[in-house]
Amino acid sequence: MNCNKILIKEKHSLILRCTHWINFVFLSLMIWSGILIYWANDQYIKIPTWVAQNFSIRFRLAEGMGWHFFIMWGFCLNGIIYVLYMILSKQWKELTLDRKTLSQAIEVVLHDLKIKKEAPSFIGKFNAAQRVAYFLAIFMGLSSVITGLAIYKPVTLGALTTLLGGYKAARFEHFLLMLGFLIFFIIHIIQVARAGWNNFRSMVAGYEIEKD
Amino acid sequence: MKLKKIKVDARYLKKRLIISFCIVILFLVFSVFTFKYIQNSSTKIEGTPVVLRRSFEWNEKVWSKLNSKKRLSIAKPPPAAGDEPRVNGDIGLEDEVDVKNYSIEVLKENKKIIFPLALFYSLPKVGYSTEFRCIEGWSEDIQYAGARFSDFLALYNLGKKADGTYYNYVGLETPDKKYYVSIDMESMLHPQTVLAYEMNGQVLSDENGAPIRLIIPVKYGIKNIKRIGKIFFSDLRPSDYWTEKGYDWYSGF
Repeated sequence: MNCNKILIKEKHSLILRCTHWINFVFLSLMIWSGILIYWANDQYIKIPTWVAQNFSIRFRLAEGMGWHFFIMWGFCLNGIIYVLYMILSKQWKELTLDRKTLSQAIEVVLHDLKIKKEAPSFIGKFNAAQRVAYFLAIFMGLSSVITGLAIYKPVTLGALTTLLGGYKAARFEHFLLMLGFLIFFIIHIIQVARAGWNNFRSMVAGYEIEKD
Repeated sequence: MKLKKIKVDARYLKKRLIISFCIVILFLVFSVFTFKYIQNSSTKIEGTPVVLRRSFEWNEKVWSKLNSKKRLSIAKPPPAAGDEPRVNGDIGLEDEVDVKNYSIEVLKENKKIIFPLALFYSLPKVGYSTEFRCIEGWSEDIQYAGARFSDFLALYNLGKKADGTYYNYVGLETPDKKYYVSIDMESMLHPQTVLAYEMNGQVLSDENGAPIRLIIPVKYGIKNIKRIGKIFFSDLRPSDYWTEKGYDWYSGF
């Protein structure tokens, strides 16, 4: 074997990595500004005063709206580029779910929690748990835009608001999706930390080194 | 989909790794600096960083094009008669109000015209039942009735310039001038925009803007000025209480 040659897999393309890191920034800003807006009427989960104080999220409704309705354009545009790329490159196939995916995803989680010894085998980039998580992430992104539009323009897009169960329901759905993203974020970071350097590097440099 | 395995040069890989990491770190640093730059920019328009104010205006441009007067705020079942609508804010309502002698001052090309309250009662009474949405995030169904603003303008030939076209903006103020709003003419001519003297089947309470207020369901609550004392028209945007505090001027749905 030639010492200067290394066996790699090209895991994540340049477009995919760019949209990923841009999305990280935009989504963080959307959640932050969304919380500034939510504070003005925190009817679902009360924001404790000490949290509001220490993270200075009080009395910033106008500012939150300013950022939210500014970043939303970038968030949407980036999402559209990502989805179009996934469709055109046929990589959407990496994220489809079938009847077996869910049960396999549970097996993966059990394996990760060291309850089960063997992890189910998989073809392609992602194991079943990743497939479910990343499929949900895209679904939540799209749903956030739709529920967001329904509460942003409930007259112009009144039909959409009605379809989602009305203004109040749409606002609650939009809030739930934000919680979903927070949970996704936490799990995603834990999983990336667990998966290790080779995996993390692939989202930065694109390649994964083959061990065998 | 199976990923292809390829053999590459170790030095190439190392270079690629360093460059990629630098780009990602630079991008994140750039994002933080851009964020701070916008937040701390010395150019602020009515309390809002210039970029965010321009973004409000851009959104206004996009969405007002998609809007139409035919699109109504969705009808809702009226709440039980006598239910007091939620009260939020009392700016401009501190003084005692003399309902018997109440009138609204309207400016028509710098001429003051006084319209006594009874006149608004004499106009065709229209009523709607729809959702009232506060910018804070809460909303509730209300029923309201009064004189449609567009009827009022048409009957007294108000709001138009000498050439017969409408002014771009309408300004409204409380009698003590402590609360004031400005609204685009398009939204003011919307059929659901009403100079209301009744809410939920009873005359307005003091807290809800007695004796006459604006209900404009195509806008956030902040534009629904209570106790109107003065109405005027302009092609230059008149000042607006919450816009001066950093909120979006358009605030429309």
